[in-house]
Amino acid sequence: MEKWSLMTITVLLGLIVRWTVSFGSYSGAGKPPMYGDYEAQRHWQEVTYNLPIKQWYFNTSDNNLQYWGLDYPPLTAYHSLLCAYVAKLINPDWIALHTSRGYESQPHKLFMRATVLIADLLVYIPAVILYCCYLKETSTKKKIASALCILLYPSLILIDYGHFQYNSVSLGFALWGVLFLSYDWDLLGSLAFCLAINYKQMELYHSLPFFCYLLGKCFQKGLTGKGLVLLIKIAFTVVASFAICWLPFCTEVEQILQVLRRLFPIDRGLFEDKVANIWCSLSVLIKIKNVMSPQTQLKLSFAFTFLTLLPACIKLTLQPSLRRFKFALVSCALSFFLFSFQVHEKSILLVSIPVCLMINEIPLMCTWFLLVSTFSLLPLLLKDGLLLAYVVTTLAFLTVCATSFSIFEKTSEEDLQLKSLSLSIRGYIPSFRAFPKIIKSLFIVSVTLMGILTLMSATLTPPQKLPDLFPVSVSVVSCLHFLFFLTYFNAIVLWDSRNGRNQKKIN
Amino acid sequence: MAAAAGGSGGCWFLALALGVSLLKCLLIPTYHSTDFEVHRNWLAITHNLPVSQWYYEATSEWTLDYPPFFAWFEFALSHVAKYFDQEMLVIQNLNYSSQATVFFQRLSVIFTDILFVYAAHECCRYVNGKRPGKELLEKPMFVLAVLLLWNFGLLIVDHIHFQYNGFLFGLMLLSVARLFQKRHLEGALLFAVLLHFKHIYIYVAPAYCVYLLRSYCFTENKADGSLKWSSFSFLRITLLGLIVCLVSALSLGPFAVLGQLPQVISRLFPFKRGLCHAYWAPNFWALYNAVDKTLAVVGTVNYLNDRWIGSRIPAHCPSFCDSTSHTHLYLHLHIGPRGFLQCLILCALSSFMFGWHVHEKAILLAILPLSLLSVESPKRAGIYLILTTTGHFSLFPLLFTPPEIATKILLMLLFTVYSFSSLRALFRKEGRLLNWLETIYLIALVPLEIFCEIVFPLTPWKLKFPFIPLLLTSVYCALGITYAWLKLYVSVLTESVTVRQKAE
Repeated sequence: MEKWSLMTITVLLGLIVRWTVSFGSYSGAGKPPMYGDYEAQRHWQEVTYNLPIKQWYFNTSDNNLQYWGLDYPPLTAYHSLLCAYVAKLINPDWIALHTSRGYESQPHKLFMRATVLIADLLVYIPAVILYCCYLKETSTKKKIASALCILLYPSLILIDYGHFQYNSVSLGFALWGVLFLSYDWDLLGSLAFCLAINYKQMELYHSLPFFCYLLGKCFQKGLTGKGLVLLIKIAFTVVASFAICWLPFCTEVEQILQVLRRLFPIDRGLFEDKVANIWCSLSVLIKIKNVMSPQTQLKLSFAFTFLTLLPACIKLTLQPSLRRFKFALVSCALSFFLFSFQVHEKSILLVSIPVCLMINEIPLMCTWFLLVSTFSLLPLLLKDGLLLAYVVTTLAFLTVCATSFSIFEKTSEEDLQLKSLSLSIRGYIPSFRAFPKIIKSLFIVSVTLMGILTLMSATLTPPQKLPDLFPVSVSVVSCLHFLFFLTYFNAIVLWDSRNGRNQKKIN
Repeated sequence: MAAAAGGSGGCWFLALALGVSLLKCLLIPTYHSTDFEVHRNWLAITHNLPVSQWYYEATSEWTLDYPPFFAWFEFALSHVAKYFDQEMLVIQNLNYSSQATVFFQRLSVIFTDILFVYAAHECCRYVNGKRPGKELLEKPMFVLAVLLLWNFGLLIVDHIHFQYNGFLFGLMLLSVARLFQKRHLEGALLFAVLLHFKHIYIYVAPAYCVYLLRSYCFTENKADGSLKWSSFSFLRITLLGLIVCLVSALSLGPFAVLGQLPQVISRLFPFKRGLCHAYWAPNFWALYNAVDKTLAVVGTVNYLNDRWIGSRIPAHCPSFCDSTSHTHLYLHLHIGPRGFLQCLILCALSSFMFGWHVHEKAILLAILPLSLLSVESPKRAGIYLILTTTGHFSLFPLLFTPPEIATKILLMLLFTVYSFSSLRALFRKEGRLLNWLETIYLIALVPLEIFCEIVFPLTPWKLKFPFIPLLLTSVYCALGITYAWLKLYVSVLTESVTVRQKAE
């Protein structure tokens, strides 16, 4: 069958899964007074449409920042404004100032879900298709399989179309950035990534790899000649794109400062809710929040984050290659997720999307990681009433990955890209020879454990003394997995001596 | 005969079946029609009342109008239902649809589809592709599996609109597969059982009768392939008769003993309903009605109205004439199981074209068996594409709620793109499957859909003539279905003539 028809079918399957998941519940459905992220997005449409730009990020009588104040950069605000214009045409009640608080109806839900689908179709899905179509040294079958697996990745679907958010826009822009960089269109890549940061500030997790890779490229070209020119051009692109996005706010310094205060709420503490990172997991044993002051917490998280991501970034700057860049995206984002400040569980998406990009190279590990990342969102999804969608999409994803990439057959060290590392280790640990079997059994144990915990969380009620038993178990188990993956991805970057050109033909 | 694939081969079939089942699970929260309440009511009736009351109970307007085996099936289901939500089994709880009820009923449809999956698996084994490609995606077996398991019509009728056609079609396809495997008695048994589950399958009964008579009761053929009258086996026909009688006795026996047969028959065959359904199935009567209405609007004389037709000409006449004509054809030619399948499809299509109070869903009776032939010859593939695209499009008015509009369009696009590209790839060397006129006709479905669902509701005519989109859909699809029917008929006839000439 022709490639275009297979790709069309893949996209249609992705769209069908997205649209059917959107029939489910959303965050904060029917839960006054605060509701949830769905109401937050509706409220932003109300605020951006009815109030002048100067008031969007400020606490005024018309704009109560305590009730879902804007805390994303200006591009989100502009997007909300655009949606508000459409909403006004259909039903002005949806965005009427003050009176539309907590507005919930079937037509409104349909409208909101449609906005997510359209944004997805315009930004994220084309990026995925183009990325997969232009993968180097892969057969058509593997390209289509990659596209299908990426489009069926459960977490993004469940968060965007279930819980309700617009992550596909920022992640899509970041993906465009990676795509452009893979073709050496550095300026366009920088522009795309700047748009991503200006849509959601969490994209800063990816900023170091982008910076190091581009810097490394400039160094390679020679800092006295072409490299310097490239550096200046990139710097100019970045500044210009930021200037255009923040133009309405550039009139006063106070405006810019207030937006920054909303984007980076440093006084909110080390973590909120249960999230699968180190601090939350450690707090099971030591109550960190009680032991240290907020300043020390900030410094500690800063230190650990940069300690864990520096090696990969330094190697990337010194020997920039596209492959190393993609792995660095994963390891840096994962370091930020595990050790940073005020991390939300949804930030795992920032790690997952770069992992998706490597699914045709290391299918087993990527599938494993993506399953764990979805599992780590379980408490959130249970709260939103998305258990059925979670189970179905996870099973579908596992089935598609297992059949397309035959993950259980490819478990040797070479398949896991650990050849060089394993050669060094084998001298010290002879039992390392049984590596494929170990990995396979670990995978099966892990998936079984996740299945059992899912079943328990969904069906059993926790004992009275430990009401958060299941969310905490999910977080701790996921955190341990993430630490394992952090080690794994860092190992690949650091021990990898190839520069991408002498890879075997991957088929 | 294509042999069953090896170890890794079974994997892809399971993956396809699992994939579509997961998709069906995602469709659980979608819109469901009054058929949902119908089945909930039947669960309640069969659970609470004794057998003697089943066909008399009329608290709800949705009275039991399927044969007894289906009633027993609902009875069995009701014993599982009580663990989900006891309230759904109360007869007085009309239109009761709690989350647990919806979940249980939807899950029961998904679960009973296992029979359909098994039947599809059996059919795939007997597909006769001329050139099995090396690539899995281009193997006739794979294409047939997708066309059956992921059939758009079955998905939206069973898993959104809500019905239990999956396992019923499973029974039918399984009986066809058994006939292909020359296990005639099993095939006959399965079909007899099917008839007592849903009597609509009586439309294809002539095909079964004639084929079994011809290929099973007459044990030998003459050298040139025609009938050898002396080889008639009384034993075999007795066995067949025994099977039919046994099944009927099991099904209708209890009611005959209770003296309720007339009541059961009147429930099963409600002739008081009109010639056409509220929404016209895209068949001959739709075209007829359209012409009639146009003439009524154009001129003042209204000779041919459906009341006249209803009282003077039994509408079944044309369809039975059709069925008998091509089964008569079959008697004189030895064409084997494939011929039987063609006969079955023509019976189904003819009864769709001319039948009484036909539902548009009945087009599935022709589409699913035709899938088996579509992967074997390019001519059949072309007819299949026309029939299936127009037939599926005619099902669109069943789902009219706003969220389902996107769902049905996406699912339809998925199936249509797949069927066109896979069949084209399968018969790449045979040239085009459809000529330019057919292609234009099918492409015009897109602007028709845009007009009916998007443009028309925004016009002022929506209040005055709300039936226009339905009328347009029905008439346009009727043209396509009639054309496909005629083309298939002609193609079968010309092939039979060629076979006969060769034999002579």
